Amino acid sequence: MFKYSKDLLKTFYYKMYKIRRFEETVEKYFLDGEIPGFIHLYIGEEAIATGVCTLLDKNDYIASTHRGHGHTIAKGADLNRVMAEIFGKKTGSCKGKGGSMHIADFSVGMLGANGVVGGGYNLAAGAALAIKKQKRDNVSVVFFGDGASNRGTFHEAMNLASVWKLPLIFVCENNQWASTTPYRTSTSVEDISLRAIGYNMERKIVDGNDVFDVYEGFKEALNYVKSGKGPYFIEAKTYRIKGHFVGDPELYRTKEEVQKVFRENDPIKRFEEKVLGENLLDEVELKEIKDRVEIEIEEALKFAFESEYPEPHELYEDLYV
Amino acid sequence: MRKITFAQATLEATAEEMRRDSRVFVLGEDIARQGGIFGQFKGLAQEFGHDRIMDTPISETAIIGASVGAAMAGMRPVADMHFADFMGVAMDELFNQMAKIRYMFGGQTTVPMVVRAPDGLASSAAAQHSQSIEAWFMNIPGIKVVAPSNPADAKGLLKSAIRDDNPVIYFENKILYKESGEVPEGEYLTPIGKAKVVKEGKDITIISYSIGMKDAYIVAEILEDKGIEAEIVDLRTLVPYDKETILESVKKTNRLAIIHEAVKQGGAGAEIAAFVAENAIEYLDAPIMRFGAPFVPVPFSPPLEKAYRLNSKKIAKDILVNFNY
Repeated sequence: MFKYSKDLLKTFYYKMYKIRRFEETVEKYFLDGEIPGFIHLYIGEEAIATGVCTLLDKNDYIASTHRGHGHTIAKGADLNRVMAEIFGKKTGSCKGKGGSMHIADFSVGMLGANGVVGGGYNLAAGAALAIKKQKRDNVSVVFFGDGASNRGTFHEAMNLASVWKLPLIFVCENNQWASTTPYRTSTSVEDISLRAIGYNMERKIVDGNDVFDVYEGFKEALNYVKSGKGPYFIEAKTYRIKGHFVGDPELYRTKEEVQKVFRENDPIKRFEEKVLGENLLDEVELKEIKDRVEIEIEEALKFAFESEYPEPHELYEDLYV
Repeated sequence: MRKITFAQATLEATAEEMRRDSRVFVLGEDIARQGGIFGQFKGLAQEFGHDRIMDTPISETAIIGASVGAAMAGMRPVADMHFADFMGVAMDELFNQMAKIRYMFGGQTTVPMVVRAPDGLASSAAAQHSQSIEAWFMNIPGIKVVAPSNPADAKGLLKSAIRDDNPVIYFENKILYKESGEVPEGEYLTPIGKAKVVKEGKDITIISYSIGMKDAYIVAEILEDKGIEAEIVDLRTLVPYDKETILESVKKTNRLAIIHEAVKQGGAGAEIAAFVAENAIEYLDAPIMRFGAPFVPVPFSPPLEKAYRLNSKKIAKDILVNFNY
């Protein structure tokens, strides 16, 4: 454990806590009717985006999913503009044209959430191809869920990445729920990463609720990919704490099941227990981070509320160059 | 002027643009080693290498998806679809990703890519290798669509498409590949969005594009023999189509016929007819006429395929009846 600097530990906590509080805030304002559209929350999966994106810089690319707020924040997107986008305001990162399901921030290499499950793989593969052609020392990462691994796009991208040795890292967030269907009833394998074998790809399973394990696993993937050996597959085992979308009646599982996981395996609680238990960070240090996050969330909310909605004429802007 | 084939014209355009801009690369099935099933990529791998002329797996979804991703990351891919029919395999990538990314992300990125789509009837290729599906893409904002009818435009439009910062679908007819035509030496571009009046006339406007232009010329000749002077407009671009040229011509001739090989129902002609009806109906002396394929899949057997195909004589006959209106 001593190999982690205090700065890195604080970064882990800051990112995870910021995602958690962002999601809780968005959930509240969605239920209050302030946020239009549909919201898919990342609560309980914060350690994955955090462990992965902490190792990336803004010239690395990520392709995200409909459950994309966590990836966006972890990659370093401006919180005010992300919040404003989700509120549908013109100051949002997509000028109010995308919303939660199409959040993107190209200035930090976040190539977009995707409303189509499994829509991101090939985009990320293409970005990886560009990196390779431009001879850059970067990588492309695609986040996806267990459900998305049953799309044909998954298999085409896996094969392409493998035969072209693309600098692409597949990060499967196995949260055990394909929308409302348990993944084991709809997926041929227990470990999604087994499918990597069929594409001659290296793979590793990590505990998706342990930011240290994600970080270490992803670091290995990153070193492998950056050495030019081709793509890598990380499967992060986790659990979707919230419904598929905000408002999901969740008739497909019991509250007890969810509460048990959250009680025993909340990635933020696990992190706190670990760093406090091993005297790596103290309560005051954690409190400072929490306070800083609260201020940022407040500011983002204020920015979103005070921003204007787009004007009707903006409907016609940004279609063609 | 020198004459080269349509396929050679596209080859020249590709090679010139690849020499000009190192970000341009081509990917598709059977293009590097084989040179494309219609020879439209022949020799390019020898000049540019397999890193820039890339044989892909048979994965249309990955071809288009990866092109979109590469375009967002600073490259300018040209993706070959082998047959336009196979665009169906990659439809999500074409219409939910490629077409929408710029808009739904608020203009944060551009998607400069070209999708090459060989289309049309040829050699009894039957239902899944013969279609003309350009109309699908006229209903999807965010894409430009071109369909050249001759080697000169084939070259100029492909060069423009490659330089355009928007996604462009380039429909290239399989029969036209082998046809020769005059192509200027040296550098030139054909503007996207501009139709061309290829024959002036005062009695009726005939609008077509791609392979349909062959019928347009034949029909105009037949009408000429009957003393009717047809004006022929080669649309060249379907999105955005050239509204001014269409209106100007129709207001002059007061009659309109639209010809395309694609299915008539819901075809490009339906859009143009509706546009003219909305904006110039008072100029029309007779109903607008549309000619296209019947509402059936493309059949295999040669007599059936022939019955499916446009028939210039029949079109001319129908137009003559229209003059009695």
